[in-house]
Amino acid sequence: MTEGISQADRPSKDIAPPTGEARDLFSKFDEVIETRRALLANGVEDPFSLVMERVLSPTRAICNGRDTILLGTYNYMGMTFDPDVIEAGKHALDNFGAGTTGSRVLNGTYQGHCDVEQALREFYAMDHAMVFSTGYQANLGIISTVAGKGDYIVLDIDSHASIWDGCALGNAEVVPFKHNDIEAMDRRLGRIPEGGGKLVVLEGVYSMLGDVAPLKEMVAVAKRHGAMVLVDEAHSMGFIGEHGRGVAEAQGVLDQVDFVIGTFSKSVGTVGGFCVSNHPKFEILRLVCRPYVFTASLPPSVVATAATSIRKLMHGSNKRAHLWENSKRLHGGLKALGFTLGTESTQSAIVAVIMPDLERGAGMWEALLKEGLYVNLARPPATPAGMTLLRCSLCAEHSAEEVETILGMFERAGKAVGII
Amino acid sequence: MDRAEVDSRIRTLIEPFNDKNAEVGEATTFAGDLEFDSLKVMDFVAAIEDEFDIIISMNAQAEIENYGQLVDAVSELTAR
Repeated sequence: MTEGISQADRPSKDIAPPTGEARDLFSKFDEVIETRRALLANGVEDPFSLVMERVLSPTRAICNGRDTILLGTYNYMGMTFDPDVIEAGKHALDNFGAGTTGSRVLNGTYQGHCDVEQALREFYAMDHAMVFSTGYQANLGIISTVAGKGDYIVLDIDSHASIWDGCALGNAEVVPFKHNDIEAMDRRLGRIPEGGGKLVVLEGVYSMLGDVAPLKEMVAVAKRHGAMVLVDEAHSMGFIGEHGRGVAEAQGVLDQVDFVIGTFSKSVGTVGGFCVSNHPKFEILRLVCRPYVFTASLPPSVVATAATSIRKLMHGSNKRAHLWENSKRLHGGLKALGFTLGTESTQSAIVAVIMPDLERGAGMWEALLKEGLYVNLARPPATPAGMTLLRCSLCAEHSAEEVETILGMFERAGKAVGII
Repeated sequence: MDRAEVDSRIRTLIEPFNDKNAEVGEATTFAGDLEFDSLKVMDFVAAIEDEFDIIISMNAQAEIENYGQLVDAVSELTAR
């Protein structure tokens, strides 16, 4: 029964055995190799080998030789080219060097690492913040460390790969429930035997379809069962909620969330991951969390850019408003053109366009690229229910005119490929 | 609940999932013989969990490849 489970970002364990040729350790990849070969045989540009030769702004780059509007970067708040952010990075590079060459618990904690954690505590108004080298490692570290042998992790089936891998790294019992299904979650929590510790893992925005979790109801159910709650707000930080703290803030339950996981590689505009919490014993995680201890810390320039960006995001309400306008216009416009979208209404800055199949999805992706538009092509097994998606993520730096240009590109490409 | 009863209840539950109308025996595998895909596995597991009021964690699912192993696992979980 393990076979076959490759739902969403869950690691795939079942790859068909090869036939007819000598087997070695790479034989397990034969099915993936064949899928890729068949796709590229149609002459389509490889959607997974795009190179950006020059990056002009948060919303424009030269991709495979073409001037391209970027609509698939998760650079929601457009902080990558913010002059204050860049200046802070240059200053740190000059004064602290290119890298730390060390773990946070040895020689890898500089003043800048403490400062970015202070910026996070201010941003979330929480007691503790711990910065990891990537968002992936933040989930890997917190989930695998907090839930141990004999404990239970109850998680949404559409969780991100980093959450599944955090479960796989630890020793807890892993119990998934149907996406955003409050009752299914409730029933599973109710069946956990007496004495088992409980961690509920949720996301604010699910990145594949761009839909939001009913956190208000789910957090209440989790608390009724005495569970701790971890919410990954990677795709909502900086944008959703009055202060940009995420979906938990927007739904009024942030004070009941035990751990918020986030990333610097989306709204913050650089790279890194973090966990913020009010738990009184939180700081001990610095000594017991292996993905935190056994890796080098972020370079000084990265933490300096992140700290500056986070502090600017605290005052980003105008940009947040513009990003909502952009998201609603793109969502409404694509719907009016006749595309099938991942959500009925605009729930986040992600607009997922559902493709009929991988072949036409790749064709549409290529047609858009030739129009001068970059979006993300997402295909199984990373997608729910085996869907092929063109995922668009908007940026606060897209102008209203650019959104209209984008809609024109979608209309021409969609008609050329025969999707609308 | 004895094994025979668990067996008979799971046989009823599996029917709507068995699109191929394949013969189901102790050694029938879910991925191979029944060609269950990921969505079907999830829905089938959920149906069993609700019927018997148990949890079959991912860890437990990893040990189950064929029908007989599933009946054994559910019998054991319901006996607790």
